[in-house]
Amino acid sequence: MNLSLVDFLFYVFATISVGGGLAVILSRNPVTAAMFMILSLVGVASLFVLLEAFFLAVLQVLVYAGAVMVLFLFIIMLMDVGPDSGKRTALSKTRLISGFVALFGVGLLTVLTLEYSGVATDSATHWQDVAEETSVEGANVVFSKSVKSFGYGLFTKYMLPLQVAGFLLLAAMVGVIVLSKKQDEEKSSEATEDASSASAEPRPEEA
Amino acid sequence: MIKTVVIERKPLSLSERTYLPQIASGLKTTLSNLFKKKVTLQYPEQRPSIPRGYRGVPTLVKDPNGREKCVSCQLCEFVCPSKAIRITPGDIPEDDEEQSHVEKAPKEFEIDMLRCIYCGYCEEVCPEEAIFLQEDYSLSGYSREELVNDKEKLYEMGGTLPDKHFKWDKKKTEEEQGNAH
Amino acid sequence: MDAELIQMLALKVTYAIVMVSVVMSIAGYTVLAERKVCAWMQGRVGPNRTVLPFVAAIPFIGPFLRNLGIFQPLADGLKFLFKEEIVPGHVNKFYYYLSPIVALVPALTTMTVLPFGEFTNAEGLTTTLVLANVDLGILFVFAISSLGVYGIVLAGWSSNSKYPFLGGIRSSAQMISYELVMGLSVLPVFLWVNAPGMTGSGLSLVSIVNSQEDAAWLVLVQPLSAFLFLVALFAETNRLPFDMPESETDLVGGFHTEYGSFKFGIFFVAEYAHVVIGSAIFTTLFLGGWHFLPWVADPWAPGLIGSLLGVGWFLAKTFCLIFFFIWVRWTLPRFRYDQVMKLGWAKLLPLALVNLIFYVILVTYLDQAAAS
Repeated sequence: MNLSLVDFLFYVFATISVGGGLAVILSRNPVTAAMFMILSLVGVASLFVLLEAFFLAVLQVLVYAGAVMVLFLFIIMLMDVGPDSGKRTALSKTRLISGFVALFGVGLLTVLTLEYSGVATDSATHWQDVAEETSVEGANVVFSKSVKSFGYGLFTKYMLPLQVAGFLLLAAMVGVIVLSKKQDEEKSSEATEDASSASAEPRPEEA
Repeated sequence: MIKTVVIERKPLSLSERTYLPQIASGLKTTLSNLFKKKVTLQYPEQRPSIPRGYRGVPTLVKDPNGREKCVSCQLCEFVCPSKAIRITPGDIPEDDEEQSHVEKAPKEFEIDMLRCIYCGYCEEVCPEEAIFLQEDYSLSGYSREELVNDKEKLYEMGGTLPDKHFKWDKKKTEEEQGNAH
Repeated sequence: MDAELIQMLALKVTYAIVMVSVVMSIAGYTVLAERKVCAWMQGRVGPNRTVLPFVAAIPFIGPFLRNLGIFQPLADGLKFLFKEEIVPGHVNKFYYYLSPIVALVPALTTMTVLPFGEFTNAEGLTTTLVLANVDLGILFVFAISSLGVYGIVLAGWSSNSKYPFLGGIRSSAQMISYELVMGLSVLPVFLWVNAPGMTGSGLSLVSIVNSQEDAAWLVLVQPLSAFLFLVALFAETNRLPFDMPESETDLVGGFHTEYGSFKFGIFFVAEYAHVVIGSAIFTTLFLGGWHFLPWVADPWAPGLIGSLLGVGWFLAKTFCLIFFFIWVRWTLPRFRYDQVMKLGWAKLLPLALVNLIFYVILVTYLDQAAAS
């Protein structure tokens, strides 16, 4: 088998990301799991680099590995999740369900791989429609891997999906605020009843 | 009657709330300090001037005749708060022409410098003015034993005190003249 | 693999090694500068004893270098290297050893996209001196430096002791908060540089520097952005007044309380490497990089000498900024933890947003005015 450098690197990074992903669910220690998740995310970012999607790679590292995972670690450490917590919840029923889901996933993957295995060798016809769309309408920007074309793309052709996604995130955020706020109010009403259980947390302003 | 006046703290002005003018003035102060004369004493080369009455290492002194002044009364041993002094009293042999008129002398006199707190009580309590705190302040050694000053070392550091008492000389002449006490 | 590729790789590796050693030694001397400047501000003289024997023999120069403490970083490094390795019994060994490395690697990786000069050869072809001129320069820097927090968090967690743990928790919260401000504060800069009619392209640091040639430095165009970036930089490099992870006064040594000898040394160097790289990035973004002065063309002729002078000028600006870092550290007290959070979220973030919106409107207005 004749491997080029890019192929070789692909297998290396693919192994890292898949192996990291497996290690996330197999490791007992939550901190170790989080670290493997970071490793896996960085592996995926490296795969993006191999695809010359540098912007996506950097964003992957910046957002997921750099910010989201820090919050994960933060929570794990604050709640002091031990290596063995979560052992009890692994009931036979949930195991059965997760086993079915995993089987379904593997089956789907196999079918898809078998179905489309000829595509890549078949002169890459499926990718052509993306590559042919060389410019975004209106703006004189060539569709490329540069950040500028991402920006133009997001704010012209894909404006609606962007807004919808943004709205979805906003809704989620508002939901989180509402949920956490309600709990706090309950807490504070309890606190007024029972003065001894004064919480050290700063109370939010009254709504 | 003293009346308590409660002074309301003034609310911070906008410029104060940004911290920036304060930070700037602080930076100015440190910058001006940057060019001021330094106060550091380059210690082993430059020595600090020792003020009068400084309490350094305790030593034993000899009188102008070269006799040891200590009569091993053990008052210093008694008064020493940190129990740094240890005295083994000893007699002076009768046939010693030079010293036989002196009542007693210490056989051993040890000051443990690891215990000494340089309080100067020993100097103050000594009836014979035999123990003095000198100016030397930097003592060091490689072992604990090294820092226990024995009699020889104490006299070596103390030297001779040129006082004008000649207590024992006077006593000797008085004894010879037969009007002791 | 052909010979040409290997040759190119070897060349790149050599460049990288040279750059790493330069940045590391600058970081080492930043430690010395910190000690010296701190001493001078407090009326002391600072380290002035260490000297190499043969240098001490040189008249005038030897004592002068000795008094300046030039050899102190060498002695410090050797001391760290030869100290006894103490590993407390209660730590999580793997992460305990891993975290100093995790702290140092991002600090040194960000320098790959950092341009520090340019070289114009006889044919007038200009090459920027940078390890990798990535189109996404600043984003790359942010992405990598955001990984630096793991070193501190893991150190705090693996030490299995309360003070390091508190330090780690504080620092993770702080770094996430101020990363936002940092990102938002540079957005107007790139808006401005990439605006129609400007020379910039993408998020590259090189184009930022080149847009400041013969023109106003961006600190003059966008003082508020520069200020916000600087404040966020102080927080991201964990320097006073945002010294949360260390907080000597209430957390003993913060995240590195349980660390000694060389592992502590690595944390130390990583911290100062962050300061050096941060200063260099501020210089490229706001202080014109290697270009001479605002509105003034570079006085040096293109060529080897010119490019060396440019690099020197860039380093001089960076050193001034490093001095500013030290100066602030020895002037200001530390913010309390809740004050840091409040300042970040309630003051700096809205300010950064207002700043961004203002420049969006301004750039749009200028664009419309130019078009009509």
